[in-house]
Amino acid sequence: MKLNRIFKIIFLSEFVKAIIIAFKEILTKKKTINYPFEKGKISPRFRGEHALRRYPNGEERCIACKLCEAVCPAQAITIENEERPDGSRKTTRYDIDMLKCIYCGLCEESCPVDAIVQGPNFEFSKETREELYYNKDKLLENGDRWESVLAENIKLDNPYR
Amino acid sequence: MDIFYTIYNETYKIFLLLIPILISVALIVWFDRRVWGFVQRRKGPNVVGPFGLFQTAADALKYIFKEIIIPASSNKIVFILAPIVTMTLALSAWAVIPLSEKIIISDINVGILYIFAISSLGVYGIIMGGWASNSKYPFLGAIRSAAQMVSYEVSIGIIIINVLLCVGSLNLTDIVLAQEKLWFVIPLFPMFVIFFISALAETNRPPFDLPEAEAELVAGYQTEYSGMMYAMFWLGEYANILLLCALGSILFLGGWLSPVDIYPLNVIPGIFWMVFKILLLFFMFAIIKAIVPRYRYDQLMRLGWKVFLPFSLLYVVLTASFLVYFDLLPG
Repeated sequence: MKLNRIFKIIFLSEFVKAIIIAFKEILTKKKTINYPFEKGKISPRFRGEHALRRYPNGEERCIACKLCEAVCPAQAITIENEERPDGSRKTTRYDIDMLKCIYCGLCEESCPVDAIVQGPNFEFSKETREELYYNKDKLLENGDRWESVLAENIKLDNPYR
Repeated sequence: MDIFYTIYNETYKIFLLLIPILISVALIVWFDRRVWGFVQRRKGPNVVGPFGLFQTAADALKYIFKEIIIPASSNKIVFILAPIVTMTLALSAWAVIPLSEKIIISDINVGILYIFAISSLGVYGIIMGGWASNSKYPFLGAIRSAAQMVSYEVSIGIIIINVLLCVGSLNLTDIVLAQEKLWFVIPLFPMFVIFFISALAETNRPPFDLPEAEAELVAGYQTEYSGMMYAMFWLGEYANILLLCALGSILFLGGWLSPVDIYPLNVIPGIFWMVFKILLLFFMFAIIKAIVPRYRYDQLMRLGWKVFLPFSLLYVVLTASFLVYFDLLPG
């Protein structure tokens, strides 16, 4: 054994160094955020809870093309549609099973009219399964509630699409 | 009538000591978690009460309301007895710890022997818990813990002999008063370091927390325990840590004596210095928990038997010959 190593062992030098580092760490700024009161920054591309958007005049954007239903890898989306008296094609039913959904974002990407989007909300846990079978009303309500944030996020993310 | 008065008086004294100890155990758990978090750049518990001070109280409340599960194949009496034994022993050792010149329940002449005996018995709680669970992880944890506590108690005993040689008394108050001129941490510094490391091993703290090494043994001897019984193990463990911190400050850091005998420091009541020194030692315990990796079992045994034991024995010889040669033997 080298003399150097013996000295290190006898005087616990590594140990003393570790304690000095620990003291330095105690004085540094903490990385924790107080979660329910403070929240971390979320990217505009964040894939959270779904929402169905409307046009500024209140008309639904969705044209029932069923691209999202087709692309959905988990087959979580169910759409039924009909022709309105004015000749437009609209959905009568738009269900997402949030328990099947894998939050991959393909529905959002496939949508030609930016109707179905995934918003920044990730705090929508519920106590029963039934509450997580979202229907059209629930999704439109989400869209109305988050519209300002959703529009802003789509604008921010647009250059990279 | 006289005996009732005595019983009343003693019970009163015991409660006056035990309740502050239980409260300080709760606070020390909070302090431990907080220091641990700070070293890892976290904040630690800071939500319940001011700075999270009531976190342990909330935890204790949670444990009280949890169901106590007793395994079907366990030995029920021993299983229930184990946490009670652990906690009772950890608290009963406090009877002879002098917190200041006056604050002590029983100032017996063999105080240090009493503490040594009680802390040796502490291993029974763990063995009982591990054996009565009748399950493999608790059993392995208990075996490890027993071996570890027994081997480190040997070196702690010899370290205490060093101090006793310098004092010439087994009374804890005398030990503190003998340090009025010079704290034993200065002449016996290597012994203080070894005492501290042995105390870590004795209380199953990291880096010697092999009995509850969660990666291999789930939670060691506590695996099958739940609810209040788990909380009692946990309380006993921290009361033991506090006890060894108190013992360390009495043996080496001059107990309730102020660091230097000059005006503004020596009017501060002794209990303040005692608590301050206990906290200082506990702070080191907490920091070490955050910075060290766990020892391997054979390394642990090697350190105890092949390094600490011969070294402290050698130091006993050195101390004794020094005292005899310079004619400094007390008494």
